[in-house]
Amino acid sequence: MYVAVKGGEQAIANAHRLLADRRRGEREQAELSVEQIGGQLRLAVDRVMSEASLYDPELAALALKQASGDLVEAVFLLRAYRTTLPRLAVSEPLDTGTMRIERRISAAYKDIPGGQVLGPTYDYTHRLLDFMQLAEGETPEPARADAALARCPQILDLLNAEGLIEREHDDGSEPADITRDPPDYPVDRAARLQMLARGDEGYLLALGYSTQRGYGRNHPFAGEIRLGHVDVEIHVKEWDETICIGEIALSECQMINQFGGSREVAPQFTRGYGLAFGHNERKTLAMALVDRALRAEELGEPISGPAQQAEFVLAHADSVEASGFVSHLKLPHYVDFQSELELLRRLRKAHGNARGSGDAAMEDAV
Amino acid sequence: MNGYNFAYLDEQTKRMIRRALLKAVAIPGYQVPFGGREMPMPYGWGTGGMQLTASILGGDDVLKVIDQGADDTTNAVSIRAFFERVAGVETTTATAAADVIQTRHRIPETPLEHDQILVFQVPIPEPLRFIEPSEQETRLMHALEEYGVMHVKLYEDIARYGHIATTYAYPVKVDGRYVMDPSPIPKFDNPKLDMSAALMLFGAGREKRLYAIPPYTRVESLDFEDHPFEIQQWDEHCALCGSDHSFLDEVITDDAGNRLFICSDTDYCLTRRGEVA
Repeated sequence: MYVAVKGGEQAIANAHRLLADRRRGEREQAELSVEQIGGQLRLAVDRVMSEASLYDPELAALALKQASGDLVEAVFLLRAYRTTLPRLAVSEPLDTGTMRIERRISAAYKDIPGGQVLGPTYDYTHRLLDFMQLAEGETPEPARADAALARCPQILDLLNAEGLIEREHDDGSEPADITRDPPDYPVDRAARLQMLARGDEGYLLALGYSTQRGYGRNHPFAGEIRLGHVDVEIHVKEWDETICIGEIALSECQMINQFGGSREVAPQFTRGYGLAFGHNERKTLAMALVDRALRAEELGEPISGPAQQAEFVLAHADSVEASGFVSHLKLPHYVDFQSELELLRRLRKAHGNARGSGDAAMEDAV
Repeated sequence: MNGYNFAYLDEQTKRMIRRALLKAVAIPGYQVPFGGREMPMPYGWGTGGMQLTASILGGDDVLKVIDQGADDTTNAVSIRAFFERVAGVETTTATAAADVIQTRHRIPETPLEHDQILVFQVPIPEPLRFIEPSEQETRLMHALEEYGVMHVKLYEDIARYGHIATTYAYPVKVDGRYVMDPSPIPKFDNPKLDMSAALMLFGAGREKRLYAIPPYTRVESLDFEDHPFEIQQWDEHCALCGSDHSFLDEVITDDAGNRLFICSDTDYCLTRRGEVA
């Protein structure tokens, strides 16, 4: 006699207990602290903050610890927490021109006012495993300049002065807020950039890469990549004053792309833009490529590559949505499967009957 | 629970969702966009249904949660535990005792009453999605009541298989106007949508859409005069309660592939067994 399985509640509780045990690992090893993750797995923390769209290094590190280092799971944990937070104020637009530069390069010019500043980069490292790091050696202090860098002008502003690149206009309209309102396709560039900014890095990287291989090519130059801290300011109505409430680390990429132009407008370079929390350079490059690709319609270009199809690109960029829906296939589907079984058996029976009578007819003919 | 509002969502969000629900009830079968929030469960695991439940739940409501018709499937257990924790409401497995029933993939066999609300979890709310992937296009098609493609799709099934090959998420027309996806319930359950005494609400969290069938609304399953809509039938009876009229799940009992059939609606099956005993 079959007895339906019960006890899901206990099974779930036990599974979570086992998960906690695996997360902790061998008890002889010291437990990983949130401070260590924040201090030594910085790039993972920055990626989690970006895709969760919440700037909080400590909680992002906690999410990484809780997720056993699974970035997508950590993004989800932090995003779910973000939803519960009250919205106390809306900041003034950030001015990345005033960024306290840690790194800043341009691939378009050999030398630039303010200079090329490499900063902390994996570029030019030889990707040889450093076995010294298996042992616990001392890391030397970094070389330091005597004085802080002066404010660096934006490279694209220099092109702007000559009219060689399209200008960005602020039309003063209230930008969409993708965290409060459902996307209403077609969405404008402000909403698009928000969706790309929290989009999965791997996904944007693949799409950006596809434009370089000819699926919606847009001839990019990395006009400027900068990385550093920017003040966050809010306007306090009661005081009628703008005050600084802190600073956040940002990565920004301004891409210069091939010209547009028409009978009315002289040919000029076009732009793609990427912005992310923390040190997230690869993400901002990919985002800028995809942003530019999504401007195809606006710039009168043929839409030929996947990266140019706005609804396709944007509807599938969010890792929290994507991983949720893909993983829901693990949930029971007995009822739907039973419905398919019933139909398939019926179809196969009908097919067998039809074939049977068909064979008989053939024999009759012989 | 400490640190969270009653039923998890903040009151502003609940109000936004209730407003969208009122619109959905006023336009039966129409997909209303709403500012869906992240829930502490993954998208695709019932976040739409949970947001609706959270928005309509009151402190003295009794909640039932089922998945595949059963109260004891893991995700039903998990969602029920969530609302016990964040809303502290009373829960039940008895269909007749529940004020709000959140469901995935089934409508209970016991007929629902006019003071009950059934909340469906919806993965893809757009019935035209697999014919036309673009949201811009499908919205236009709904606005123009351009549903010919749906009948073409069903006709192609008949031409190819001799049957309409859609067995679940079978499209319906609500109150003679909107074509609607009833969520992936088996078509066996479609007749229960028609003139239902209970209010039926549908929530799609990831897609940020909700829709409704108000009580006593006409709901027709799409079909053709010469290929009328029909529901699944089994030669077998439920091995536990003997029912010959409920939706049956197939259970494989040994390595030789022997199987038996049992009611997918666990409460219905248990109640019948109690009555028989």
